[in-house]
Amino acid sequence: MTSARSGFAGLLLTASFLLSFTSNATALPAFARKYGLRCSACHEAWPMLNYFGQKFKDNGYQLMNDRDSPVWQNPSYWPVTFRMTPFWHRESTDKITYDTPGGGSALRRLTFTGFDYGGLDILSAGTIEKNISFQIIPASDELGSFHIEAVNARLDNLFHSPWLNFKFGKFELDNIVSEKRGLTLSASGGGYNLYHFIPAGDGNMFGQLGDNQIGVEWMGHSANDRTRLSVAVLSSTDGNPDVPYGSNSYTTFITGSHAFNVGKLGTDRVGFYAMVGEAATTFLTDGGVPLPNSGVGNKGFSREGFVGLFYFNKLNFQVVTQHGSDSPWFGAGFGNPIDDPSAPNFPVNTLPAGFRNPTWNGAFVETHWVHSPQLIFFQRSEWIRMSQQADPTAASNLGNLDNYVFGYRYYPIMNSRAGFAWHNEYSWIRQRGGAPDGTDLTSNSLMLGFDFDF
Amino acid sequence: MRTQQVNSLACAVAVLAICSLSSAQLTKDQEDTNLGMEAHVGKLTGHAKDAAMNYRRYCAGCHGDLGDGEGENAVWLDPKPRNFTLATFKCRSTPSGSLPTDEDLYETVGRGLESSNMPSWNPLSNQSRADLVAYVKHFSERWKTEKPGAPIEIPVQPAVTADRVKSGQALFQKLECWKCHGVEGRANGPSADTLTDDQNRPIKPFNFHDQTRFKCGETDRDLYRIFMTGLDGTPMPSFADNVKPDEAWDLVFYLRTLQPMHTQEKEIAKQLGLKPINTNAPAPANAPAPQPQSNENKPQ
Repeated sequence: MTSARSGFAGLLLTASFLLSFTSNATALPAFARKYGLRCSACHEAWPMLNYFGQKFKDNGYQLMNDRDSPVWQNPSYWPVTFRMTPFWHRESTDKITYDTPGGGSALRRLTFTGFDYGGLDILSAGTIEKNISFQIIPASDELGSFHIEAVNARLDNLFHSPWLNFKFGKFELDNIVSEKRGLTLSASGGGYNLYHFIPAGDGNMFGQLGDNQIGVEWMGHSANDRTRLSVAVLSSTDGNPDVPYGSNSYTTFITGSHAFNVGKLGTDRVGFYAMVGEAATTFLTDGGVPLPNSGVGNKGFSREGFVGLFYFNKLNFQVVTQHGSDSPWFGAGFGNPIDDPSAPNFPVNTLPAGFRNPTWNGAFVETHWVHSPQLIFFQRSEWIRMSQQADPTAASNLGNLDNYVFGYRYYPIMNSRAGFAWHNEYSWIRQRGGAPDGTDLTSNSLMLGFDFDF
Repeated sequence: MRTQQVNSLACAVAVLAICSLSSAQLTKDQEDTNLGMEAHVGKLTGHAKDAAMNYRRYCAGCHGDLGDGEGENAVWLDPKPRNFTLATFKCRSTPSGSLPTDEDLYETVGRGLESSNMPSWNPLSNQSRADLVAYVKHFSERWKTEKPGAPIEIPVQPAVTADRVKSGQALFQKLECWKCHGVEGRANGPSADTLTDDQNRPIKPFNFHDQTRFKCGETDRDLYRIFMTGLDGTPMPSFADNVKPDEAWDLVFYLRTLQPMHTQEKEIAKQLGLKPINTNAPAPANAPAPQPQSNENKPQ
C-alpha cells in the first residue's frame, strides 16, 4: 500500500506540474485583431472570459454581424496566436524519498528555486465561413514535445437558430467555469483539482472534465446568451487519439445554466453539469502486454455538480461543487493497464472482496477583485473530501485534498493586438495520506513571471 | 490693405477653429461635472460615473478615451467610430438634427450597428448599458443645453398590397433613392462613390440586395423610422417633411422586395413581374419631389 501511495503522490505531483503550465485555450489576440476590440472586451482579465466573450465563443467565434466571414479580412490576416510564460519560481514539497548513506531511504522536504518557462501554446481559431468555425491548438510542453490539444469544427446557428450548434472533434468540455481560461498558473495551484480528481488507488482516468475530450457536442443558447445548454457524447479515452482503451465505451457530458440581472451588482449565472460514462476495466493481452482497443467489461462513473457566478460590482465569486462516484472496479485499480502496467488486468478479473464505489464531494470558490481592466486580484480555495473509500480498510480521509491559491495579474498594456501580464501567485496544497509513509503530503509554489500572447 | 484683410481672416478662422474645438472636446472640469450625467431607460437610471471602467473596457479602443472616435483601432475601421463629442447619432427615433432619446442610445448599444465594427453588447447587464448611455452623453455639452427631440409617431402598419408595392417603387424613383442605393438596391447608384459623411469621410450607401438587417434595426418599423428620421451625420436625409406616413409605408414595402430573404413583398413583386426602375423614364406624376442629399441642418 505504501508503494501505491508513493506512486500516487508522484503521479499527482507530475500531473500538477503538467497541468499548471498548459492552459491551452486562453485568449486569442487573433480575434481582437480581426474585430478591432481590446482584450478586455471579451475577457474579465485575460484569459478569463466575461459574458460578452462567452457569447462570442458560443456564437462560434462570431460577433454575429456581417463581418464574421474571413472574406472580410485583409488576405494577410492569420488567425494564429502564440502564448508563453517565462517565470521564476520556488517549489517546495515535503516527504520526498531519498537514499541515505547506510543504504536505506528517508523522507525530507525538497525546495528549489530558479528561472523557468512553461509550454508553448499555438492557438488558431476563427471562422472558415459565416457560421462555420474551427479551432486547432497544437501545444508543446516546455521540452518541445507537441501534441494536439484541440482540433474541431463547428456548424453554428443552423437554420438561423442559436439553439443549433454542433461541434465535432477534440474540444474543451463546456465547463461554465473554464479551467482552460483560468487565471492561476503555479505548479501547486494552476489547475482545478476538482476537474481531475482521481481517488487514491483508483484506475479511472476517464472522468476528468478538465481535459479536452473527443466527440460531438450540441450546444444551444438564447439570443443574448443568458440561457445555455449543451450535451456532448465522447469516447471514453480522456482525449487520447486512436481509441486506445475500450472498444466501445462512451461518456456523456451535460451542462446548463441561466444568467440573470441583479441590478447594479451585475449579472449572475447559476447552472449544473453532469458527466456520466462508462469505460473498460480489463484488456486482452498478447504476451502479457495489454492490447490497445481491446478493453471490455465497461463500468460506470459519474461527476455532477452545481456552478455559480456571482457578481458584486468589482468583486465576483465562481463556485463549483462536485459529487463524484466510480465503479468499485475502478476503485480497485482496474481501468488503465495500457498506460499503467501495474494496474490489475487479465488474468485477474475479479473484484477484491468488500470493495465499494469510491465516492467524494468537493467544491471550490474562486474570488476575483477586478480593480480595473488592467489589474485583478484572485484567490481560490478548494476542498475535496472522500465520503466512501473503495477499500473498506483505507483511512476515511485518504486522498482528501485542500488547495489554496492567491495572487494578482497586472496588464500594463491594453490594446487589440496582444496580451501581456505580470503574474504573481502563491499556492499551497495538502493531500491527506499522500506521502510515501502514509502521512499527509504538502507542497507550495511561488511564481513570478510574464504571461504574454500575441 | 489686402494683407491686413488676409491676416484678419486668418485670425478669425483660427479663433473659430479653436472655439469649435473647445466646444466639441470637454475640459477636465467640464468632464468631471458631466460625470453626473444620467440616462433614463424605463425604470433604469444610468449613471455616467459608474460606467467609466466599462467604457474603458469595451468602448475606448474604438471611440477613444475622450469619446472623440479616435481610439487606437479607429485608423483601421471603416466606417469610423462615432465621435461622441459631437452628439450626432445615426439611430434615433427623434427628428433629424435633434438629440436621440436615452432609449435610442440604449437600443443601439444592445443591438450594435450593422455593416460596422460595433457589435451587439446585449450580454452586458441592462444597468451597465444604461450607465454606458449616460457616459456617452457626458462627452458633449449638448446634452446639458438641449433636450432630445420628441420621438416621431409611427402609425399602424397597413396591409401589404400590390398597389402599395408599386407605389413604393414609384417613390423610390421619384425621391431618387436609386442615385445612391442603385436601381436594384445594390449600393451602386451614380452618386454612391461620391458620398461622404459629416466629417468628409467616404461612406457607402446601404446595400439592400445583400443585407437583411439595417444599420438601425431590422423590422419594418425600424425601416420606416430610418426613412422618416434620416441617419444624422450621413448623406441619408429625413423624408418626414416630404412624404406622408402612408407613402412611407409604401416605400418600406418596396424596399423589402430588394432584400435577399423571402418576404411577402417579394412574392407580390414576383407576381407583378416588377422590373427594376428605369431611371430614364419620367417618375410618376403624383410622387413627392426628391430630397437634396446633404447634411444641412445637421449639427457639426
